[in-house]
Amino acid sequence: MSERALAVDAVVIGGSAGVVQVLLHELLPALPAALAAPVFIVVHVPRDRPTLLPQLFRERSAVPLLEAEDKMPIKPGCVYLAPPDYHLLVDDGPQLALSADEPIQFSRPSIDALFESAADWYGERLLGIVLTGASSDGAQGLRAVRDAGGMAVVEDPDTAATPYMPSAARALVPDATVLSRERIAALLARLPVSKP
Amino acid sequence: MDAEVARSARTRDIELKLLLDAIYLRYHYDFRSYAVASLRRRMTAALARFGCETVSQLQERLLHDPTTFPQLLDYLTVQVSEMFRDPAYFLALRERVVPLLRTYPSLKVWVAGCSTGEEAYSLAILLREEGLASRTQIYATDINPHALRRAEAGIYELDRIALFTENHRRSGGKSSFSDWYTAGYGRAVLDRELRRQIVFSDHSLATDTVFAEVQLVSCRNVLIYFNRPLQDRALGLFREALCPRGFLGVGARESLRFSAHGHAFEDVARDERIFRKRAGA
Repeated sequence: MSERALAVDAVVIGGSAGVVQVLLHELLPALPAALAAPVFIVVHVPRDRPTLLPQLFRERSAVPLLEAEDKMPIKPGCVYLAPPDYHLLVDDGPQLALSADEPIQFSRPSIDALFESAADWYGERLLGIVLTGASSDGAQGLRAVRDAGGMAVVEDPDTAATPYMPSAARALVPDATVLSRERIAALLARLPVSKP
Repeated sequence: MDAEVARSARTRDIELKLLLDAIYLRYHYDFRSYAVASLRRRMTAALARFGCETVSQLQERLLHDPTTFPQLLDYLTVQVSEMFRDPAYFLALRERVVPLLRTYPSLKVWVAGCSTGEEAYSLAILLREEGLASRTQIYATDINPHALRRAEAGIYELDRIALFTENHRRSGGKSSFSDWYTAGYGRAVLDRELRRQIVFSDHSLATDTVFAEVQLVSCRNVLIYFNRPLQDRALGLFREALCPRGFLGVGARESLRFSAHGHAFEDVARDERIFRKRAGA
């Protein structure tokens, strides 16, 4: 324990092109086994293919990882992945809610929709991270996180697999913290953990 | 949270609650038990559409200008649908449910929250293909009269037909989808025979009661917009409407696990979210 735990109650993460590799190899393995905050992830996936992502991700994650279902209770220490073809929202409670409303910025699930709803509930106790990707989804959402007083992080576009998404987020949220993947992994390692 | 941002978020939630009360009192539509996160998003879109700065402004207009509410209703109700959406669901209906439906001399099917009719027409085609049409009545209900009128017309944009055709094929369709519509002027007009099989009507899962005994309820991607108590109310209606051992289909990521009525149903096709009412339930 080199650095003190982050003062956050939840984490939202979004990305598209290139993000599966980043999550698999760098970020999910960085989550502490005794994680005490929920993590919500939107990855842009094609709508009509059965997704293997939950299975794939589960192998790399020391904490339970679930594909989100409507009205699922939110447990600290769980990772929730947005299902294909639905928006994932944090509803009052908090509990998970899904929406089949139209795609936002051509995407369903939408990173913006997740981030904005999570910012509504968690306010300043939220960490939002926009990773590699090929659309500008996530930029508005990250601004909502920042505006609510939460912590806004962008993957360094210079080293991101696809810089478009983090660049768009940085352009809209100039005071977001820009970090390399390694630094983001180190940040996640400092998430609050439950006392043994 | 930044104090000012927190205050404005809190204010917006108060305004939203007041607006829903106003809608209920003035127009008798009950959105008070809808899931808040989705409502907030839809309200943001509606404010932009109506050029209102705040929800309070929209409320004033809503109360004093009766032409506003029908337009707002389109923002508050689901309009997104497609024929044979989630082909695996319809394939599972064919393979797992239709053989049992054949044992009934007459059939009633309830499509709850039918929006613009795509799901109801999909079922009408499926039942035709399975030879059950002549003994089946489909009830398709929604709260939005504008959506119901469009559903009754059975006319869809031609550029959606390629998707419908592909969905239909993947759903185990036994006919050519092109047999079911006539194309012209950029539109596809569905076969009037399909229309005759369906009764479209106004019904609210929030405020109305059961109107018929049915063998199958299909209600997909409607419950996600409700909060838990309203979901329980709707599922209670389905449970009451279903005949003994009747079937219920919900959306691909909807679950009965978190509902008070979950125990009354058993899985028929788990991945496709088709359930059957337990004996005695």
